[in-house]
Amino acid sequence: MALAKRIIPCLDVDNGRVVKGVQFVDIRDAGDPVEVARRYNEQGADEITFLDITATHEGRATTVHTVERMASEVFIPLTVGGGIRTVDDIRTMLNAGADKVGINSAAVTNPDFVRAASDRFGAQCIVVAIDAKKVSAPGELNRWEIFTHGGRNPTGIDAIAWAEKMALFGAGEILLTSMDRDGTKNGFDLDITRAISDCVDIPVIASGGVGNLQHLADGVIEGKADAVLAASIFHFGEYSVMEAKEYMAAQGIEMRL
Amino acid sequence: MSSNKIVVIDYGMGNLHSVASALEHVAPTAEVVISADPEVVRSADRVIFPGVGAIRDCVAAIRDTGVDAVVAEFIASGKPLLAICVGMQALLEHSEENQGVSCLGLLEGKVRFFGAKLHDATGLHLKVPHMGWNQVQQQSAHPLWQGIEQGSRFYFVHSFYVERESVSSHAIAASCDYSKEFVAALSKDNVFAVQFHPEKSHTAGLQLLRNFSEWDLNHNSVETI
Repeated sequence: MALAKRIIPCLDVDNGRVVKGVQFVDIRDAGDPVEVARRYNEQGADEITFLDITATHEGRATTVHTVERMASEVFIPLTVGGGIRTVDDIRTMLNAGADKVGINSAAVTNPDFVRAASDRFGAQCIVVAIDAKKVSAPGELNRWEIFTHGGRNPTGIDAIAWAEKMALFGAGEILLTSMDRDGTKNGFDLDITRAISDCVDIPVIASGGVGNLQHLADGVIEGKADAVLAASIFHFGEYSVMEAKEYMAAQGIEMRL
Repeated sequence: MSSNKIVVIDYGMGNLHSVASALEHVAPTAEVVISADPEVVRSADRVIFPGVGAIRDCVAAIRDTGVDAVVAEFIASGKPLLAICVGMQALLEHSEENQGVSCLGLLEGKVRFFGAKLHDATGLHLKVPHMGWNQVQQQSAHPLWQGIEQGSRFYFVHSFYVERESVSSHAIAASCDYSKEFVAALSKDNVFAVQFHPEKSHTAGLQLLRNFSEWDLNHNSVETI
């Protein structure tokens, strides 16, 4: 009897529509984030992450409305990330029905924002998203730095030290994405996942690179992640969330089945 | 069935829409209202007492808004009340969060910190907050457990827990294990309190909320397993 490891499907949403394509055969509208979230919920997803990539101010209103619809139909935890820069942004998303918000670039620009947000709303709803890239040369001791703006902007900040600092500042959870692996389908960067999970006391979600079910299991067993996040392997119907959970459970991982 | 007005008590501490939506989903004929108005609460058939965030801020907000008296009065009325997460903790005597906070003292119990660098018996690093789906062991045959399998998983997110030893054993409606056994649910007469979030716990959580929306204290037979 123990706490289950979590599987978290991630939806990229632009102006109220899922992008990067979701192709369930038996879904009425694969572009509607609420439809997609409902489907993942039926498949046994433990949480849903909604990554808002809407660039325009007008689009943000659509996002709020989408979050409201999702929260009133899908009764599992919902994290909303993307463009969260102020305490007001957080309040808006929590009031719309999000349980947690993901903070990424704004934490790098102003780490005290994480502290203020955690004090105001509680650590349980503050997820700090870290985009990390390996910067050590082959043969050197592993070293990773954090990048912002989708991996384009280097910051010179050591990823492990940053994770520790964010935990200290009141993050309730870390969403760790390997920019080297994201989109490759070669599996998580297990070294950094394990390094960060070992050194912080808060849960770590592994992200970036999942191509098959063994990758998910590896993230937990070797990467010591508390949760695993994936998008494309679920979106294209290659695997259902429940298949993934059964596969992981068969490897001795505690899952909610 | 006669009127069924469920008031979710609002004292300004965040998202109450999830719990209201979940209630509307499981009890479509009920009238679900979010309010802190004493008159509205008095008119309720049932009350949900939620809570998130830090206990110091929660208890301060409860006292500032006069919700402490409103909740005490509602409990004394004998009508059903369900407290969730920090709402549960706020009903108790004391929490060691925020250098120690005196809570409302409406139920017996003390709240403690899980601690840092927790490990389970196998040496596995247990993270705090205790976040995710854990198994809930029902300790009494309460009407709110109807249709919910023993050991069902519910969604938890908390760093502080109700200490087993601080509560009379007959008040413990459920326990959960996370480095130690802690109180996952309390029951006393017309009050039921849960550490987990039923509104985020999918099927089992919705069933618990449905049971609450139908809980009839006049036909209540609570037995100890």
